[in-house]
Amino acid sequence: MWSFSHIADFIHEWLSSTFNPTWTLIIEMVIAGVCVIGLFAALGLVLVIMERKVSAWIQIRLGPNRVGPKGMLQSLADTLKLLVKEGMTPSGADKFLFNLAPFIAMIVAMLLFAPIAFAKDFQLWDLNIGVLYVSAVSSIMVISILMAGWSSNNKYSLMGAMRSGAQIVSYELSAGLSILAVVVLTGSLSISDIVMSQADGWWIFKGHIPVIIAFIIFLIAVTAETNRAPFDLAEAESELTAGFHTEYSGMKFALFFLAEYMNVFIVCAIGATLFLGGWMPFHIGNWEGFNHVMDWIPSSVWFFGKTFFLIFVIMWFRWTFPRLRIDQLLNLEWKYLLPISMFNILLATLMAIMGWHF
Amino acid sequence: MFIVKYIKDILGAVKSLAIGMKRTLYYFTHHKEIITQQYPDNKDTLVLPERFKGEVVMPHNEVNEHRCTGCTACELACPNGTIKVVTKFDITPDGKKKKAIDKLVYHLELCTMCNLCIEACPSDAIKMAQTFEHSVYDRSQLTKILNNPGSKIMEGVE
Repeated sequence: MWSFSHIADFIHEWLSSTFNPTWTLIIEMVIAGVCVIGLFAALGLVLVIMERKVSAWIQIRLGPNRVGPKGMLQSLADTLKLLVKEGMTPSGADKFLFNLAPFIAMIVAMLLFAPIAFAKDFQLWDLNIGVLYVSAVSSIMVISILMAGWSSNNKYSLMGAMRSGAQIVSYELSAGLSILAVVVLTGSLSISDIVMSQADGWWIFKGHIPVIIAFIIFLIAVTAETNRAPFDLAEAESELTAGFHTEYSGMKFALFFLAEYMNVFIVCAIGATLFLGGWMPFHIGNWEGFNHVMDWIPSSVWFFGKTFFLIFVIMWFRWTFPRLRIDQLLNLEWKYLLPISMFNILLATLMAIMGWHF
Repeated sequence: MFIVKYIKDILGAVKSLAIGMKRTLYYFTHHKEIITQQYPDNKDTLVLPERFKGEVVMPHNEVNEHRCTGCTACELACPNGTIKVVTKFDITPDGKKKKAIDKLVYHLELCTMCNLCIEACPSDAIKMAQTFEHSVYDRSQLTKILNNPGSKIMEGVE
């Protein structure tokens, strides 16, 4: 069947026959970089218009409907506007850190793309500790937020950054523990192994109760980790104007905005990979006929379908729930999510040892 | 028991969050309920809600009579001095002096559409109109006199 790996193999063979190995590697890295940047731009545009439409329909509004057919070119117009705006640096700001912060946010988002399996045999870097890599790199995000808040010379920015620090540091724990439930059941940290282990059913069905609890905790924790409502204390428009990116304008603001959406995409991709089978089609045990029919749908469609479903769920959270206070936020993590996920991982371990999963 | 309360708290929270999400999913999937008006495009067919408050007006009947007795209840009820009642004294046919309004001055630029004057009025002389295209080039055009020139109080309104 048609797949990305054929194209990749073809390009690799052609490059190896034309250039020496070093140049082949460099050119392949450039191609991968260009693909990631292209994917960034495309996803940014799609996610922004999706967010605006979803929010509008949930709030019984129409949303953007003037630019292009049904308003679908609105985000393109917004991007153009942001590109031509002046990127100001406030006086009294630490200029170097102020200008560096949005790039760190972007670099973190780009690094996170490396281990994600977008389709069958289509992965930038299949490293054997993929899940650990993702949870480690995603915590660098907090440095860019703290940097932006600290260097802005603005009390709102600083407050937003400090809240965000407390939030991300605490919610990483339960996100990590809920990921561990699947890792325990699979016995591997590699993304491709985790996807292959779901060939006879996704973990959310195979692992029943512990994995469902882990999935819910994962969704709550990553919503908090990406600073989205109901956990958007770091931005909190109504309290802190815009939190850590109050002083940013033009393209520097756009980079933060894009990095936020990229992080949402990545955590949803990880969630889809761990719990919903990644690019693996919907398979049920040994039903050969049914599984074969499901295989006809391309694996990239399965991956993006699941990811966008999870993105929709996170947007649905955002436009339904009111924002938590900082003490409620930390109570939720330390008194509820963390004990439950610790208990849950014991349950998952017991289940893996006794073989109670399907 | 602490642990029972703990688990009950969690289940209650999950249930109430699910109720909220069910409501927003209902809105998300029912586009017919959208309340946005496509304003400049549907100017001819625009239907405003009954309770929409656009500006204070004083209705007059065909023979140019209103129901205002000049009691200044609206002026007293107004929180920011939007209404000013200028009274005069009419001479009734039997020679008595009777209080009546000369002008009821209404400053649209100050009005917050709080509806307190309408609720305060004992004789239903003023009401809220549904007009809303109020922009003008000069601020003085927003100061309006609500009673028509030469209007009188309606028979039987005290």
